[in-house]
Amino acid sequence: MNRIEIEHLTKYYGSKLVLDDVSLNVAEHEVVCLIGASGSGKSTLLRCVNDLVEFDEGLIRIDGTSIHDPSLSAVELYKRVGIVFQAYNLFPTMTVLDNITLAPRKVHGTAKDEAEAYARELLGLFSLEEFAKSYPEQLSGGQQQRVAIVRAMATKPELLLLDEVTAALDPELIGGVLAVIKSLRDQGMTMLIVTHEMGFARDVADRVCFLDGGKIVEEAPPAKLFSNPEHPRTGQFLQRIIEAGRL
Amino acid sequence: MTSKRPRPRKRAGRSLRTRDKVLPHVISTATVLGVIIILRAIIIQAEQWPRIKSQFFDLQVMIDVFPKVLHGFGINMAVWGVALVVIAIWALVLAIFRSLHGPWFAPLRFFSVVYIDLLRGLPSLLLVLLFGFGMPALNIPGLPKSSLFWGALAMISSYSAYAAEVYRSGMDSVHDGQRAAAKALGLNQGQTLRYAILPQAVRNVIPSLLNLAVALQKDVALLSVLGIRDAVREAQIYTARTFNYSTLIAAAALFLVATVPMARLTDYVTKRDRERRLQRTE
Repeated sequence: MNRIEIEHLTKYYGSKLVLDDVSLNVAEHEVVCLIGASGSGKSTLLRCVNDLVEFDEGLIRIDGTSIHDPSLSAVELYKRVGIVFQAYNLFPTMTVLDNITLAPRKVHGTAKDEAEAYARELLGLFSLEEFAKSYPEQLSGGQQQRVAIVRAMATKPELLLLDEVTAALDPELIGGVLAVIKSLRDQGMTMLIVTHEMGFARDVADRVCFLDGGKIVEEAPPAKLFSNPEHPRTGQFLQRIIEAGRL
Repeated sequence: MTSKRPRPRKRAGRSLRTRDKVLPHVISTATVLGVIIILRAIIIQAEQWPRIKSQFFDLQVMIDVFPKVLHGFGINMAVWGVALVVIAIWALVLAIFRSLHGPWFAPLRFFSVVYIDLLRGLPSLLLVLLFGFGMPALNIPGLPKSSLFWGALAMISSYSAYAAEVYRSGMDSVHDGQRAAAKALGLNQGQTLRYAILPQAVRNVIPSLLNLAVALQKDVALLSVLGIRDAVREAQIYTARTFNYSTLIAAAALFLVATVPMARLTDYVTKRDRERRLQRTE
């Protein structure tokens, strides 16, 4: 069964074509990584999936229902699809616990006790329980990003979108965040991940898609794509990454 | 902040550091005193000084009229206090109206834009005169006829337009990522405002709002043109009778006693706000 079906997606920013007839499926429990240079359209593609960015042509289905289908309310869509951003985007005026329980309580009507109990359980899983009453600004970037992942998990989504979640972190903080994502994969979470961490993509992905100029130029299992890319653009991109010491 | 900065002369002894701390204060105090002494000398040797002194700085006159001026000042501060609360709320409502998107909210947006344009575009004095003399004269049943009420309402209306723009700048300064995060959690427009945008916006604009509060604190004296017996009016009543202006100085002193601490409070809050922002970007 496909969690996400993206068909012939086309998107312009003004007159600039950023997504050019992109089609992609993500199956249940599958982890797909989107890689490519800046401006290749991978973050835009990710944000189209949960309707944060509007697209011009094409169709996106979540569990077989179009994200624009009237039967799929915004509340329902965002309950099923969680997203984590590069800049964490935690609410600075709220404690960690309030950040995590906001959507369950105010959007989905979960009782406060229940929402907090589940939030603490998730925080415990990621060794963050001591920060429940802290404010985001009191935490390191890596801790904030792990809290952001917990916040996205709080509505028990079936699908998680990760948008360059380690790009703003110092190198020594990246490991903790990646470990959390790996543990989510091991629990069977379906994930679509935009990343610049090629080593991580190789470790965690079932499939890697290389985007260039708004198209998916090549998609393959990581072992194949990283060691034996078919398309010359993929090869050039990986060569530059290797030269930069990132693979 | 300064305590965190490494001191270039850290190795020097305690006495040197104490001197470093005290010396600037001594020099600046001495400078200010020096300027005051020079100014005083210039003023005192002026030919008309003795006449001015008795007309503007007659201590006995000040003491005699002080209770009345003080009572009037109480009215000023009462109007100020009530106005602050009403402005804080009404301006926020205006700013929210202006920020709403979607066709259903177009009338509220339009109202807010027109309101702010009109009331920011008119001099406060003119508004006070129009409201204070015009509205009671309309004699509409059920509406108050007190010129104090209408004068205060004019000040509130005018200052709310400014404060609404301050709130709006605060809302605009909240990063787009916060809206994206709120949307991605399924929050609707109202919830996004309430939980994500407004708490940050209000926190960001508190120093600017305090600045407006200081300005309003003295602008409430405009109500005296309506004949309301506030501090300025009481002082003028005496002045008109005796041609002695010392009471105006007494009223001025009262305003300073109120506005200077407010200004210091604003400085303090602004400084703390800046430190908080610096910490966040570290």
